[in-house]
Amino acid sequence: MKVKSISKKLDALYEFDREPVRKDSLQGIGNFLGSFAGEHVAGTEFVIGMLFVAHGVSVADMFIGGLIGNLLAVASWAFITTPIAVKARLSLYWQLKKICGPVLVFLYNIVNALMFCFLAGAMVAVSATAVGIPFKVEMPTLTDLYPTSIGWVVTVFAVGAVITTFAILGFEKLARFSKMAAPWMFLIFLAAAIASFSTLGIETDLSNFWEVAHSKIWTGEALEGQSQFSIWHVIFFTWFANAAMHLGMSDLSIFRYAKKWQYGFASGVGMFLGHYVAWIASGILYAAATSDAPGEVAYQAIGIAGALCVIIAGWTTANPTLYRAGLALQVASPGWSRWKVTLLAGLVTTVAALFPALVMKLLDFVALYGLVLIPMGGVIFADFYLMKKWNLQNYYAEKMNINFNWAAGLTWFLLLGLSLVLNMWFGIELYFLPLPVWVLSIFLFVAFSKIYQKKTVL
Amino acid sequence: MKQLLQLISAAGLALTIVPPIIYFNDAITRETQNGLMLVGAIIWFATAYFWLGSKWKSKS
Repeated sequence: MKVKSISKKLDALYEFDREPVRKDSLQGIGNFLGSFAGEHVAGTEFVIGMLFVAHGVSVADMFIGGLIGNLLAVASWAFITTPIAVKARLSLYWQLKKICGPVLVFLYNIVNALMFCFLAGAMVAVSATAVGIPFKVEMPTLTDLYPTSIGWVVTVFAVGAVITTFAILGFEKLARFSKMAAPWMFLIFLAAAIASFSTLGIETDLSNFWEVAHSKIWTGEALEGQSQFSIWHVIFFTWFANAAMHLGMSDLSIFRYAKKWQYGFASGVGMFLGHYVAWIASGILYAAATSDAPGEVAYQAIGIAGALCVIIAGWTTANPTLYRAGLALQVASPGWSRWKVTLLAGLVTTVAALFPALVMKLLDFVALYGLVLIPMGGVIFADFYLMKKWNLQNYYAEKMNINFNWAAGLTWFLLLGLSLVLNMWFGIELYFLPLPVWVLSIFLFVAFSKIYQKKTVL
Repeated sequence: MKQLLQLISAAGLALTIVPPIIYFNDAITRETQNGLMLVGAIIWFATAYFWLGSKWKSKS
């Protein structure tokens, strides 16, 4: 495909936000609070809290580590992402295009789309664990990586087909439904945890809550076949669970509508309701259950309402994700209409969902998702704050009319290669890589730009 | 009308969170808790649809 054609298609896709946001389009703090509260109480929360328990997180790890990790995540949004967003007032796409050029942004879009497909796939699988209950489908367990039964395959395909159909029809109405479901879903998390108290032997005056928490929920000992987590795992996972959004700068697209940089603190609502209270709640209900499948776990605690919540949580997370994957992949297709591309993305998503590994290894996938995209956030950060200080040109691709900024491309590829080496050969877990990779991306981009920009007369 | 709908929605949410608390205190059975929570879900979705979710449009 020709570069001009790629560039034209990308521009058409993001046409509506080509210019910086105008003053009269800025949004109040309420919209950001609502948006974060809605987006971060999602299907993934059912799985993450449960996996922390399986990985042998202790009570202190969960409560203190979770608190520190979430504070760091909020600080990342407030002090790193939002100040750039309110000064540049550009979406991630346009910011990246100005720095990197259309070809590199095209590559970024494809990688992002694939990540979206796998994330949506995990949510299809989560929904399937609830849909399969009345049909007595054999549910996957923590150690299952491959499809476990014909019933599981049929259920996943049925859920995938429904979710893909809705994504093809557009997601405006679904976004409304998603917003509507958020307060109810949050209460379901709380309710399911409370309903599990008596099963765990917690007294009605809660006098033995901490004792039970130590002995039956966050025991500090990993289940068989699961790696042992420490407080550092909890801190780093929690901090970087949304790495692509804060240090990776995806949320520039949202916060460019903020009146002040302080609106970045609105992320705290999503973090503490979704990534703290909901994770703790899902850990409690998992400890009381006799299954590893999120749908079954919620059903055992509160019946049909629980299973319904798992279906809705998975569905409302998968649908916009699949829709965005379709949009991103549209650029790479040879002139296909959006429905065809979304259908293809839905197929990829559904096939991925067949593998329970996507759910049971969700922590690794979420960490990988952030890790893959975070170097480009470092590039944006360096371009915004450091280029002029180092006598370099910012928005280099736009100013020089180049299609591929090698300084940015090399930064990205090298760091992904380095991460692979550190993970596979040196055994450094994925959760600990995003921070050094982000810091390195800033230095490398400036250093490579120093060499790369010398070749071009400004 | 909107306020009435909001009131009914709030009742739906109450039926989601209160039954587990009563069940925990041994005042109702698990079946009753589950039934009440399902009713709460139906009330919430049937009423919140008409007043929630129309103003904010995602700008991402």
